[in-house]
Amino acid sequence: MNEQDAREAVRAALRKVAPEVELDDVDGGARLRQDLELDSLDFLRLVEVIDTDTGVDIPERDYPAVATVDGLVGYLGSHG
Amino acid sequence: MPSLGADMDHGKIVEWLVKPGDYVRRGDLVAVVDTDKTVMDIESFQEGVVAELLVGLNQTVPVGTPVARITQTPAEVPGPTPEAPPASVARPVAAVPPPAPAPVAPPVRHLAHRLGVDTDRIHGTGRLGAITRADVEHAAASRSDSARPAAGPVRRGRAEPDREESGRVRAAPRARRLAAELGVDLSTLDGTGPDGAVTVRDVQRAADTREVPGAPLAEPPAAPAAPEQGGQRQTVAEPPAQAQQAGTETPATDRTAALRRAIGSLMSRSKQTIPHYYLSATLDLRAAMDWMQHVNAQRPVAARLVPSALLLKAAALAARDVPEVNGFYVDDEFRPSPAVHLGVAVALRQGGLVAPALHDADTLTLDELMAQLRDLVGRARAGRLQRAEMADPTLTVTNLGDLGVDCVFGVIYPPQVALLGLGRVQEQPWAENGMLGVRYAVTATLSADHRVSDGLRGGRYLARIGELLQTPEEL
Repeated sequence: MNEQDAREAVRAALRKVAPEVELDDVDGGARLRQDLELDSLDFLRLVEVIDTDTGVDIPERDYPAVATVDGLVGYLGSHG
Repeated sequence: MPSLGADMDHGKIVEWLVKPGDYVRRGDLVAVVDTDKTVMDIESFQEGVVAELLVGLNQTVPVGTPVARITQTPAEVPGPTPEAPPASVARPVAAVPPPAPAPVAPPVRHLAHRLGVDTDRIHGTGRLGAITRADVEHAAASRSDSARPAAGPVRRGRAEPDREESGRVRAAPRARRLAAELGVDLSTLDGTGPDGAVTVRDVQRAADTREVPGAPLAEPPAAPAAPEQGGQRQTVAEPPAQAQQAGTETPATDRTAALRRAIGSLMSRSKQTIPHYYLSATLDLRAAMDWMQHVNAQRPVAARLVPSALLLKAAALAARDVPEVNGFYVDDEFRPSPAVHLGVAVALRQGGLVAPALHDADTLTLDELMAQLRDLVGRARAGRLQRAEMADPTLTVTNLGDLGVDCVFGVIYPPQVALLGLGRVQEQPWAENGMLGVRYAVTATLSADHRVSDGLRGGRYLARIGELLQTPEEL
């Protein structure tokens, strides 16, 4: 998928998992765990939502690559 | 209005789950209540037919206020009514919740009642042991109709003395308020005041000598305050009801202040009364993480495990082996709990925490525990917890690892006697047999009550968790 679609998919997933996050204020380099304060259960749910919505199943070994918003967008762009 | 915490003095009905005419029994969920801290489902403490709802939607009432009238006769229920009890007695819902029986939804309860099935005698096959419609029908079908008289809803022993039947217990307003705060049922007390009125002293004595939680009339403090500030996440989705009301009756700042006061008062009580000691141990997670990553690689996302699930399960199993950390210190003595209800600290938006229970965590499979953990954390953050989940924890675990904390020295949540703290699961240099390697590890800390255990047993508990994690496939 192109970057635009990937970014929108990430935003949609974040809206579901962490509705309190102001997405417009989120920098692309924001770290999901530390900056957006997702815990391990939130993160798992995020991966689950992305799998459901886009069909991209992120295996656990790739978690380090998707630790930031931009990392996640890039991953979806190249795998989706 | 039941007390959902030692610090709760009022609550607001935001949703009624029953209506007049519904058949309910003890433990059925009847209403959703907004406290200053969270939104919780409350149960009926009586069996019978809902005759009248006494408190309207979005009405805030003090703890102890009757919210519904339940008529204790099945005779008013349409359909066949086997062995209707002779007396029809209406009385307000008592202020003290009993221990929760297997959950049964009102429609199922109604069916059981109609078919003359005693739900106390059937084993629920639904979620969390809930009794389903099929269970009831099965029980009704398998019963020999002629051999046994159809049992009506068997009333379980009612502890309340007769005097309550005739109306309110005599008690000074202050005693009534204190009873509500402490979760003491006035109707069970012998008043020593004028005309047998219950006094403040009577209530305090009852609170001091009551049974351990789990037994009738038990009501450990269910305050959301947990051991330390901060937590897994500072933010939480606003409960819908609260969002609608925000800015009208309970502005967020009031809620925050109330929550901080509640936490402050509970933690002060803990630090003033519990002689804490602290231990720390670094646990080798190489086997556990290898196993989990192997398992997760073969699973769809929805079925994957997180390290917390393994750690919680090991913590629950170890509590069975070291019972000194699991239970309550009440009335100058330790009462170990036969069940392990693991309190899981979850951060709230206001900066406070709730620590609801994973019931019988030691008996859950890892997958069950994982599913219940996700459900519990989700509901805690959405502000939808049940009273029993708030009241039942026998040992609390706080996990600050997601925030990058190495280890946490927590404050025990009275009347519990220990608190397990978990830091970040991370790769560490690990020396063993003269070799240096890199392994996943976590620092586990124990805050424990010196009145109950010493460092030897506390250390055994931490070590036991580490041992259990070496064979993750057996968790």
